[in-house]
Amino acid sequence: MTAKIPEVKAKVKPTKPWAPTTRERAVDIGAILLAILGTFIAVGLSELKGKLAYAGVFLLLIISINFIQNYLRSGIAAAKDSIASTFAVAGVLVTLLPIVSILYAIFERGKTGLKFNLFTSDMKLNGPNDPLNQGGLLHALVGSGIMVTIALLISLPIGILTAIYLTEIKGLLTRPIKFLVQSMSGVPSIVAGLFILSAIVFPITKTPSGLMGGFALAILMIPTIARTSEEVLLLIPEDLREAGVALGGTQWRTISQIVVPAAKSGLITAVILGVARVAGETAPLVLVSGGGDAVNLNPAAGPMGSFPFYIWKSFTFGTPESIARAWAGIFILLLLIFALFITARLLGGDRNKK
Amino acid sequence: MTIAPNRSTSLPARRELSNKPRLSDRVFRGVATGGGLSSLVILGLIFIFLANQGYQVLKSEGFGFITGSNWLVVQDNAGITDLAASEFGIAAMLVGTLLCATIAVIIAIPISVLCALYLTFYAPQVIKRIMVALIDLMAAFPSILFGMWGFFVLMPHAEYWARLLHKYFGWLPFFKMDVDIFERSPFVAGVVLATMIIPIITSISREIFSQTPLDRIQAAYALGSTRWAMIKAVVIPYGRSGVVGGAMLGLGRAMGETVAVYTVLNLVYQINWQVLIGAGGNMASMILLKFGEAGPTEIQALMAAGLALFILTLIVNSIANIIVSKTGSKGR
Repeated sequence: MTAKIPEVKAKVKPTKPWAPTTRERAVDIGAILLAILGTFIAVGLSELKGKLAYAGVFLLLIISINFIQNYLRSGIAAAKDSIASTFAVAGVLVTLLPIVSILYAIFERGKTGLKFNLFTSDMKLNGPNDPLNQGGLLHALVGSGIMVTIALLISLPIGILTAIYLTEIKGLLTRPIKFLVQSMSGVPSIVAGLFILSAIVFPITKTPSGLMGGFALAILMIPTIARTSEEVLLLIPEDLREAGVALGGTQWRTISQIVVPAAKSGLITAVILGVARVAGETAPLVLVSGGGDAVNLNPAAGPMGSFPFYIWKSFTFGTPESIARAWAGIFILLLLIFALFITARLLGGDRNKK
Repeated sequence: MTIAPNRSTSLPARRELSNKPRLSDRVFRGVATGGGLSSLVILGLIFIFLANQGYQVLKSEGFGFITGSNWLVVQDNAGITDLAASEFGIAAMLVGTLLCATIAVIIAIPISVLCALYLTFYAPQVIKRIMVALIDLMAAFPSILFGMWGFFVLMPHAEYWARLLHKYFGWLPFFKMDVDIFERSPFVAGVVLATMIIPIITSISREIFSQTPLDRIQAAYALGSTRWAMIKAVVIPYGRSGVVGGAMLGLGRAMGETVAVYTVLNLVYQINWQVLIGAGGNMASMILLKFGEAGPTEIQALMAAGLALFILTLIVNSIANIIVSKTGSKGR
């Protein structure tokens, strides 16, 4: 005989007892409104003026209002806690401020220079001071593309081999090399330019060229690729390696046919981050690439233009037209970096979800 | 029936057992080790070539290269630089570099630590994801962007802040002003550098804070701490040295920065400790500035200056990396 189980209609809702109640939220918003009101009164009535005064008075007021309110409700510990929370939020807002300001400045100042001819012509026949509907940055686009490709061709094998050495081979030198790669990522970009000058340009080629620019960028790119790929390879489960060896594979076959393919999307992310890192490097290219104004497809000879050099040249020229050119150039450069970043995020998406 | 004994005289050869790697593996290991050593090789080559180029200047200047603060190129009638009469000293630029970088770090540390604390312990998931992506993006902004933004957008504001600092804290020796020039001062350069290194220090601090042992955090909450009390008792003691390491990485980055400083700093060849006056020095910017019209000997001197900058940043970065990696593995 089976007992009849009565059907339950009511659903149990999960509750969040720690979540702020409506009343608490109202009090928080009230405190902010009160502080804004107080700020305007205080700044209006006293001799203080300027945005800085508003920000400072508002911070002081909101801290003291929160302090008093929390003290009356829950005692001194909660009051101290409220000060810390306010400061933490203030820290984030101060960090956001330059980001928003930079993005706004690029958009606001870059849009006047954005003309279609930017992508179709170079600066062979135009100076930076010419009207914005003449000349363009085709040479910079091509030059940056060539130099970054050269840098990638050099630094991709070196970076990934370094990562494989650090994660798979684990020799005696693993720790020192890890350390050196980290130190290498701190090498100032101008030093990379000086090194290429002293090692290749002065003794051998005598003239700057796109190839030299690519070499200089490679030095800056290797540590980024090596460190990111190392992190990616470390995330590949040890089981895969053991399975490969247990099936009779040599280490070479295990790594080349199991580990690296498993880490493929992560390694592509590493490459993209490396490209984003060097795409805007200015100082070394000013020293070694020569910075031509015409489209130059031959990296081995002749000066080669690039995005950073185009921006740099237009910016240092200093007239309104040339500065509009510089902002437009940086707008496009940042769009490219942005696109690279989003691709990297999409590819390595599950890596960042911890 | 008996089994006929096997009378064969020769035993089969023993199978050879060995753990010696195959040829393919040895080649692979060799190649990977070679790739791994490349960072050592490149760093070594940078040192050797810069030292080789700068050797003559370093030899003729001796210690004066570090302590002297004159940059004087003397040419004879034929236009050839007279090395003995010329003076190359980088003290002024060295002081300026340290000054700008220190200002940047002093401004950036509190902001980035608060930001990292908020992101680790206060922020709702959505805000956290957006902010982390934004900060990562900011770390990838090219330095010329910071330079142009600093020049056109930030500089007027920073000048105003400098005037306020001078008005209210002018009695402090390093805020003193003898002349009324607030433009393009080390303070302005420091503020620009601070915006550049905030993302670096924030992401390292965040990483360190998020490694705080969960059991200790929960223990603190279980004992009735508020969030701030927990942070003070658990997170800060655990993460303190990591934050110091992150700050030093930021310092290294700030010292090696070229273009962003070049645009907002007025390079003047004198030792200047007054941070608000529009006259400062910076090694990397100086190299870029002088490089355009430098003769062969001056280029050698610039190479020597580059060597000094390379060694300086390498030392700072190494110390920072040691501190950060020690904190990461600490199980106190």
